[in-house]
Amino acid sequence: MIKRIAQTAGFAGLLAAIVLTLLQSLWVTPLILHAETFETAEPAAEHSHEASVAAHEHEHEEGSGHSHDGEAWAPEDGWQRTLATGLSNLVVAVGFALMLAGLFTLRAPNQTWQGLLWGLGGFAVFSLAPSAGLPPELPGTAAADLLLRQYWWIGTAVATASGLGLIAFGRNWALRGVGLVLLAVPHLIGAPHPEVHESLAPAALEREFILASLLTSAVFWSALGLAAAWFFARGEQQGA
Amino acid sequence: MSSRTLSSSVAVSLPLSKRLAIAAGSCLLGALLIFVAGFSHIEAMHNAAHDTRHSAAFPCH
Repeated sequence: MIKRIAQTAGFAGLLAAIVLTLLQSLWVTPLILHAETFETAEPAAEHSHEASVAAHEHEHEEGSGHSHDGEAWAPEDGWQRTLATGLSNLVVAVGFALMLAGLFTLRAPNQTWQGLLWGLGGFAVFSLAPSAGLPPELPGTAAADLLLRQYWWIGTAVATASGLGLIAFGRNWALRGVGLVLLAVPHLIGAPHPEVHESLAPAALEREFILASLLTSAVFWSALGLAAAWFFARGEQQGA
Repeated sequence: MSSRTLSSSVAVSLPLSKRLAIAAGSCLLGALLIFVAGFSHIEAMHNAAHDTRHSAAFPCH
């Protein structure tokens, strides 16, 4: 069983990571690079921090574009950056695939297409719900404290996953009701936001980035769900 | 009964406690991978995974 999970996660993760990396390099990364030109073009003096909390994160990168403290390693633009992004995509994809394959041991999809439903569930949990409170951001956007946002993001993912699980698998309406409440709670609490919203990139670029990021994630998750269901069923036939 | 239904009963034959443990274990391991690539505050890790984080709408910076 463990071998089957590992195989499912490895192959499905690899496949989905390739899809993600291709889509990213065609659509998402060019937008990020475009936004970074506004960041580097901005004179250091204007980095004075009226947006209080928001700007603390950026305090140490005066005018130096994107390298955070000059000492830490950063991939150079070009093949290094593409490779680093591709590898991180792989790590994230295998991580998500491991979760899917683990859940499949509890409730295996009977047909490959059901993997698509699992994939869309993953998209809702890890992309759609967090993005509803914290939209995908281009570099150079003011935001609230990083830790607070990470806590909210993780809390939202956990609540949405539990909520969807209860709605899909709950045996009675009371459980499904609890599921609905769980879906809503993070958004009633509200995501941490900066006092002043400011962005270096133009609004049109931001909107396109949000669309690019969400659509890319949706395709990634569909591919991951389908591939995971397919590899998982295949492992079963082989008795692995 | 198709052979598919038959073979899936093999998976079901594992005791629930064991399947729960396996599911929890793989979810934890998966979460760890996602944490390292998507949430770690180590600068080098952040820089390497930067575009992945922005693209996946993980909180970044």
